[in-house]
Amino acid sequence: MNRILSTAGVEFRIALRNRWVAIAVLLMVVFALVLAAAGAAPTGDIGADRLSVIVASLTSLAVYLVPLIALLMSFDAIAGEVERGTLPLLLTYPVSRAQVLAGKLLAHLAILTLAVCAGYGAAAGAAFWMDPASVAGLPALLRLVASSVLLGATFLGAGYALSALARRPSGAAGLAVGLWLGAVVLYDLVLLALIVSDGGGALTTQGLPFALLANPADAFRLFNLAAAEASAAAGGMGGAAAAIPLWQSALSIALWPLLALMLAVAAFRKVTP
Amino acid sequence: MTSTLTISHLTKRFAGVEALRDVSLTVEAGQRVALLGHNGAGKSTMMKIILGLIPFDEGAVTVCGAAPGSAAARAQVAYLPENAAFHPALTGEEQIRHYLSLRGERPAQALDLLARVGLEGAAKRRIGTYSKGMRQRVGLAQALIGRPRLLVLDEPTSGLDPVSRRDFYALLDDLAAGGTAILLSSHALTEVEARTDRILILSGGRLMAEGSLADLRRKAALPVAISVAPAQGQKAALSAALPMARANGDGRLHLDIAQGDKLAILARITGLPQVEDLEVIPPSLEDIYSHFSRRDGQ
Repeated sequence: MNRILSTAGVEFRIALRNRWVAIAVLLMVVFALVLAAAGAAPTGDIGADRLSVIVASLTSLAVYLVPLIALLMSFDAIAGEVERGTLPLLLTYPVSRAQVLAGKLLAHLAILTLAVCAGYGAAAGAAFWMDPASVAGLPALLRLVASSVLLGATFLGAGYALSALARRPSGAAGLAVGLWLGAVVLYDLVLLALIVSDGGGALTTQGLPFALLANPADAFRLFNLAAAEASAAAGGMGGAAAAIPLWQSALSIALWPLLALMLAVAAFRKVTP
Repeated sequence: MTSTLTISHLTKRFAGVEALRDVSLTVEAGQRVALLGHNGAGKSTMMKIILGLIPFDEGAVTVCGAAPGSAAARAQVAYLPENAAFHPALTGEEQIRHYLSLRGERPAQALDLLARVGLEGAAKRRIGTYSKGMRQRVGLAQALIGRPRLLVLDEPTSGLDPVSRRDFYALLDDLAAGGTAILLSSHALTEVEARTDRILILSGGRLMAEGSLADLRRKAALPVAISVAPAQGQKAALSAALPMARANGDGRLHLDIAQGDKLAILARITGLPQVEDLEVIPPSLEDIYSHFSRRDGQ
């Protein structure tokens, strides 16, 4: 355990000095505040408290930003050690590869949690200030924080796996960008195209829920929108969120980090220094 | 007592090419062993196998009674890579504290360790600002953690100035006196001659020679050169008396003779009245090294 904590401490210090902590926190705070200001308009129409509406907006923000920040922090984790030439020495120490990854994960997850809390906290603060009834949206906010951290862990694990597979930082960065585009942007577009061409057939009714649950980013959206019951404010995803039971999306976002980390450890074990 | 390191019939292939072929050796506790060979001879490959970083194809390797790379072996083996590298954003002290934690030692020893390698003044500076020699010393400091039973050093003195080299070998002597087995690689025989107990010469993946410097000298049986200065006006007479000698432009006569004939021939030359002076030039360390490392083609 000491080895994991020491690794985490060192990684956190490195991230602090490389300004990653500042960049992640700033990014989340700025975008969350913009959303808090912009998302204030529709409250009157739907009768939800202001915070619940903001949570729905933050969900759409987090689904892009959290994976991006996670991948940016993790793509260098192993490829960087290979390039600097620090990996061979590290691997002669009495520390397992899983422990090394666990230490890095702990540090990166702490930074991500910090950024998420700062961003959502700022948006929530703005909501409370404008509408004291926002307290009703607090459980939804806490669920959003917890699921954002899990989503971040998934993409951190995926980033480590890509980093181990690529072995060069430049290659790992390319793979990370590809994964982000694929999982967060293109996946939904492809699903949309399929639904349109399927015209409400079996693919839409049976395949779609599974396809949504299989993608951690979509499962994250489903979970937060279904749980917050503010689906009306989120538009398109609302219908799907209502059709898929909450436990299924919760299971998906809880299992994905484990799967991603197992992949990362397996990929790291294949690296010969 | 069992050896700290035992390698028997080790063979390693990279894509069909043999990087190491049937290498056998042992290193005992407290022994300082130098591994010599030029680039591509297989030194680094052998070290990586001993450390458990890469697998091998045939043979057996035992490190401190355990398999290379196992938790038990890693707990007792320290390594100094060639061109030791560290994260530039960390200070020397932070890096050593981390390594101490990874070995389960108290991180508070970091400053003492850095002081032992002469880096106490730079402990709070980031490694990114260090010179190559300073990074090498950070590498040495981490290799000293927890009195390892086997120390594997890959070209440890490259980048060190002569004074630092002497301090470095003094540190190794301390460790060896405490029972640590030391295996270090080098390009140069001249550098390791006085500081190691045994020398291994690796060439083309094979162990060409093994032993103390005196052993190697004997086994190589390289000719000894003798240079004879004739007395005034006696050069022609001396040439006639020593028909196997060749004359160089310097007015002296030169002979290359086999080790076994050395004493007999010296006795004969010293008995000649035409000789004013003579010099015996034993084969140099570089000659011995070349002799063993160039046989790979045969």
